[in-house]
Amino acid sequence: MAEETGQTPVPFRGGGFQPGARRWAPWAAFAAIIAGWQLASSTGLLPPLIMPSPYEVVLALGHLAASGDLTEHVGASLSRIAWGWSIGTLAGLGVGFAMGIWSLARSAGIPVVAALFPIPKIALLPLLILWLGIDEAPKIATIALGVFFPTVIGTYSAVDNVPRSLIRMAQSFNLPNPAIVWKVILPGAMPGILAAFRITSSIALILLVAAEMIGAEFGIGSFILAAGNLMQTDQLVAGVVLLSILGLTISFVLGRVEAWLLNWR
Amino acid sequence: MDLFVQGVSHHYGDLQALDAIDLQVKGGQILALIGPSGCGKSTLLGIMGGMLQPTEGDVVAAGVPPADSLNPFTYIFQDFALLPWRSVAGNVALALEHHRLDRAERTARIEAALVLTGLRDFAAALPRQLSGGMRQRVGIARAVAVRPAILFLDEPLSALDAQTRELLLEDLLAIWQREATTAVYVTHNLDEAVRVADRIAVLSRRPGRIKQVMPVEIPRSERGDARHAADLAALHAQLWDLIRGEAAVADRELADG
Repeated sequence: MAEETGQTPVPFRGGGFQPGARRWAPWAAFAAIIAGWQLASSTGLLPPLIMPSPYEVVLALGHLAASGDLTEHVGASLSRIAWGWSIGTLAGLGVGFAMGIWSLARSAGIPVVAALFPIPKIALLPLLILWLGIDEAPKIATIALGVFFPTVIGTYSAVDNVPRSLIRMAQSFNLPNPAIVWKVILPGAMPGILAAFRITSSIALILLVAAEMIGAEFGIGSFILAAGNLMQTDQLVAGVVLLSILGLTISFVLGRVEAWLLNWR
Repeated sequence: MDLFVQGVSHHYGDLQALDAIDLQVKGGQILALIGPSGCGKSTLLGIMGGMLQPTEGDVVAAGVPPADSLNPFTYIFQDFALLPWRSVAGNVALALEHHRLDRAERTARIEAALVLTGLRDFAAALPRQLSGGMRQRVGIARAVAVRPAILFLDEPLSALDAQTRELLLEDLLAIWQREATTAVYVTHNLDEAVRVADRIAVLSRRPGRIKQVMPVEIPRSERGDARHAADLAALHAQLWDLIRGEAAVADRELADG
């Protein structure tokens, strides 16, 4: 016996607090939620007027696809978010880099960005409609504005976070300034810029739906609003499911871009 | 090339870092700069290579750099300063890409630098895959590839563990054995200074002044010999005497005091 010799094993106290991945768990979670929901609907716990069953939602999506409305709505939304996000991102990257590199641009830019960033951009939609008409332009501009400011902030702080030692190194090898921006600052800022993309893509999605609910013939937002007005909850939830799929797709694409551009980390 | 530091003083705001430094780096020689921490060694090195503008005084180079020197004043950094998104070969290439070189010469220079530093098999590896010693070898390869006229080393080994430091020091000495390099070697390690330098400049505590410049007479290649051990130990002791008191005071100083 250990006690007789005065020897006891040292108790193990480490372990735990290391959440890992379980491949089956995500699917099981989704399956459990949908099954529970279907069960509640089938047993009459969830009245169909308040909340359709998953089966009905799938049926509604099927009808949408068959009638061609799905392509029209999703196409209109995709085109708006693509244009709005791209314009806002390109402008934001340009201004963000300028603010990250030049003192004048930074000193002038920071207070302006600080003043305009907190405005919920959807509040500008009526003004943008007055300026740009009732077509696609004001919706795209709203999304672009909403994307622009976080991109500026994300980009210039990402440029700030590029280690100064790397820039000094490039200077010590006499790299010309454009080469320093292109070969040192841009790749060094890329992690921060891609993190900003995650934020701006979700802002773009919110503004897309809001703008489409205020005034649009086609688009997922206007479709959801119209379905709500007619109490077609199956259509309404189908629209919400479409938004979830759109968001997941964007996040998946960004994940792949990150894995590709940041493979050095 | 010779380098002359003439009456250089430097202030950071109210803080005086360097005071009236006069110093000469002779072509083909290695000058070690030692002194207690915070004495402005690195500041002086930055000024010498044109990376910092001194408050007063100037640095003058005499002579023409060799024809194949692409970057006469080249640094090797304490923190290696490698681009993490570039491979080993890519990091060496960074120093060459903005020069007009034909493809063959660029490849040859990269290849030669990687062979010299023993990195040939690691050309495609990323910095994060390398040990600290191998990372600094990339820093050395990058510097060698531009054929510097004067090499500035800012505590190149102090981010490494003792064993790696020893290995890399041997490599550096072997490289310098082959090509007569002019270099300024900043270190706080007296042992490194004694093994590497032709002359050792001792800086005083802040504001840094040149306290003494000591020649090391024994040829670099013979410093490992047992018969010189006593002389080198005496030199080491002499240097330690010079900075010991100040190092002790510097150690007890508050950073913002």
